[in-house]
Amino acid sequence: MKNQPVHQGRLKSPFHSRIAQLDTVNEWHQWKGYSSADSLYCEDTEYFAIRNSTAVFDLTPMTKYRITGPDALDYLNRLVTRDMTKIRPGRVAYAVWCDDQGQVIDDGTIFHLREGEYRLCSQERHFAWLQAAAIGFDVTVTHETEDIAALAVQGPTSFSVLNKMGLAGLDELKPFGLTHFDFQGTELMVSRTGFTGDLGYELWIDPDKAEALWDALFEAGELFGIRAIGTHALEMARIEAGFLAAYMEFLPADETVRTGRSRSPLELGLEWLVDFKKPNFNGRRALAEEKRNGSTWQLVKLDIEGNKPAHNSYIFDNARASRDNIGFTTSAAWSPVCKQNIALGTVRAPHGKPGDTVWVEIYYQREMHWNRNMARATVVDKAFWFPPRRGATPPGPY
Amino acid sequence: MKTYDAIVVGAGHNGLTTAAFLAKAGLDVICVEKNDYIGGAAVSRNLYKDWMYSNCSYVCSLLRPEIYRALELHKHGLQVTPYGGSVTFMENGDYYGSYHDEEVAYREMARFSRHDADAYKTYSADTMRQCRFIRDFLLSTAPDPTSFRLGDLRELIRIGGKFMDMGEDRMYDTIRFWTMSVAEYLDEYFETDVIKASFSGSGIIGTALGIHSPGTAYVLLHHYMGDVDGNVGSWGFARGGMGSVSKSIAGAFQAAGGELRTEAGVDKIIVKNGKTTGVALENGDEIAGRVVVSAMDVKRTFLNCMEPGDLPEKFHKRVQNFKIRGSSGKLNIALDGMPTFPALPEGSSLYHSDMHFIDSMERMERAYDDWKDGTWSKDPYVDMVIPTINDPTMAPPGKHFMSCFVQYCPYEIEGRAWTSEEREAFGKTVIDQISNYSPDFKDLILHAEVRTPQDIEAEIGITEGNIFHGELTMDQLLFNRPVPGYAQYRSPVDGLYMCGSSTHPGGGVMAAPGANAAREILSDLRRPNTVPENFGDD
Repeated sequence: MKNQPVHQGRLKSPFHSRIAQLDTVNEWHQWKGYSSADSLYCEDTEYFAIRNSTAVFDLTPMTKYRITGPDALDYLNRLVTRDMTKIRPGRVAYAVWCDDQGQVIDDGTIFHLREGEYRLCSQERHFAWLQAAAIGFDVTVTHETEDIAALAVQGPTSFSVLNKMGLAGLDELKPFGLTHFDFQGTELMVSRTGFTGDLGYELWIDPDKAEALWDALFEAGELFGIRAIGTHALEMARIEAGFLAAYMEFLPADETVRTGRSRSPLELGLEWLVDFKKPNFNGRRALAEEKRNGSTWQLVKLDIEGNKPAHNSYIFDNARASRDNIGFTTSAAWSPVCKQNIALGTVRAPHGKPGDTVWVEIYYQREMHWNRNMARATVVDKAFWFPPRRGATPPGPY
Repeated sequence: MKTYDAIVVGAGHNGLTTAAFLAKAGLDVICVEKNDYIGGAAVSRNLYKDWMYSNCSYVCSLLRPEIYRALELHKHGLQVTPYGGSVTFMENGDYYGSYHDEEVAYREMARFSRHDADAYKTYSADTMRQCRFIRDFLLSTAPDPTSFRLGDLRELIRIGGKFMDMGEDRMYDTIRFWTMSVAEYLDEYFETDVIKASFSGSGIIGTALGIHSPGTAYVLLHHYMGDVDGNVGSWGFARGGMGSVSKSIAGAFQAAGGELRTEAGVDKIIVKNGKTTGVALENGDEIAGRVVVSAMDVKRTFLNCMEPGDLPEKFHKRVQNFKIRGSSGKLNIALDGMPTFPALPEGSSLYHSDMHFIDSMERMERAYDDWKDGTWSKDPYVDMVIPTINDPTMAPPGKHFMSCFVQYCPYEIEGRAWTSEEREAFGKTVIDQISNYSPDFKDLILHAEVRTPQDIEAEIGITEGNIFHGELTMDQLLFNRPVPGYAQYRSPVDGLYMCGSSTHPGGGVMAAPGANAAREILSDLRRPNTVPENFGDD
């Protein structure tokens, strides 16, 4: 028998043919082995598709697991920090899961597809961890990343597009709800979820139907400003929405080498996801102790004066930087919709309470020379961008 | 009778900006507007079925991001979406397009002239140098060179410093630039007629001057110095039309406790003992205020709404002499579908750009000749955009709104009022010109609103319908705007201020005059400043 060689090149998502057709700038990167577009024609235009019309993003490379079996709920409830018994079939939960030290391994979304049947969707791969956690539970964990093609359809006209595509009854779907449709004889799952902080949906389907779905979507979207986008545009929207990204705002605890480089949910502003009232879950004891004694770090959302993005900036508690820094920014952007200079960062507690003033050391380059700014910043507690349409049910036409 | 801390006359974007910053400082402010809608010339009007028209101003770039941010306009519904490029259709069936992507722009220019494609870099740097120089002064009061006040001296030293900083050669260039014509300026870089024609349009928009008239190079700058999210020179659409700009500023004003009253046109600004005490409305009502701020243009303010006896003679004379000539018209069109332009390749990104139909410097100048002769250009410079390509909110899906800005269109026809036949003929001129490049365009027209300067004056109130509230020529800029000695938003009457586009830094949907005026008023009233600083070096 001949050995099968391992695939050497980049994988192509089932939507690749369609994306490549629209691509004009030829800028790609690798995302979990797949070719993924940075941008297809113009980052700015793509960004504004998210905020002004409809943007389509291929999220097939997201890691996906199917969790089934009589103990699926109990298993998940032990796995993640929030109370999964409250997540009924047809609902989606944003969740984090921790190691025994209460340090975040990853965050992701858990879709309660049908009674007792779940999909866990995350940035990183966790099969070994998920299997180890399954000991003692009557549960089956299946890796299904390649078995599901997925698209994010996001923006103010996204409802109009999907409605035009014939998805009847979608107007009743609330944020974090999911529902099933028939698409050309195949099941199409639609969830009202996303990574943009705007009105938006995610579509999940068998890869064989991926191209047909794309074509139907773009035909329906023609008059609603539909555009395919790359990751650069999505990243701007993510920061505006104040969402976390692995390897930016936190490192997966199980991949971290140095002590103190991982973060707990409490340190990431995710206390609302930690339910101490439910039965035991991974990291419970450590998190309870941290809650009693106080956290070391605090994730902050910063509204920074001026217009120079605070990339890779140290954060200080005074303008002269006369004492040691108290932290650093983890993601930064100029927000085109808010006209705000925004950043996410991590600072040493007890710094970083909403309303606190901190100082951000910003370096920026103009015609070869570098300048340094110490910019005043305010810690804010709400997402920078949270338009009313994001929560509206039924959603408006635009 | 209640006495307000401040009465702002006119709910255009500048009046609302002043009102919002004053209200944020805790003043009790009322803003009065003659029309039954707010926005002045930054307005969205529903004039046909489900269509929303940006029927005066139509694109957005100059609006200062500092103001946007300070007033949190996004929370009041404003969203500005940039659009890319421009195209000039040529009589020979070709076209010249400009593109967002640097290399694509280069290749397109090189199609006509490799010399011009290479020269563009220098042109761009030289123009950007002037932009950087002027952008720094937009959100500050122009210093008076005859004054010995500390603030003026400090600002003069700052400007002088920035100027000296350029070095000898570029100081000469700068002085030349501020006074030269756009045609001469472009001649220094480019050889291709269509490329020069395409760039020169920005030098005459809203201006009663031709491309060969001195001073038009600055007008070009006035259209370049804006930005969308730091992309200097970029333009964008306000989602929902330009009325979203005014509406969002009004939202910020009202959130700060301000009071807005429409259908309240001002008949007279009341002056007692050299000090204003309020306004008398056209309906006979009076409103008392400690401060009155006029967002109306300088002529309407001082010649229409005040007694000459309340003003110094020389000031009155200078206001009379202020140049505010009507030179632009507008067509607003509801379309049944997207018109095609056979010259463009199918799916070209230029469908998303602004479109022009004059391909030579000769034709540009001829268009001005007609205006001098007291009539509209028979072959006009049209700046045409279709905002609904980007904006899903302004027309039903698949339908479109087209905005045609037309240069030149006089305030009067040979010294007398326009007739309705002439207005129709003016509209036909524009429609015919576009039809030459788009055969299906005419059949798609569902409704068209034709606006001459006379119509704009009658509806918005701007004297002669001049979109900038006065020409942007050197004699009417900086410390000369609107009148020497009164360039710092104060008038000869105590308590009476100006905050409209007749003041520094001038016209366009910039909100800088409104913000600067608020800063000066708050300083006079010894209130804390609520107006943001310039973002600084870009």
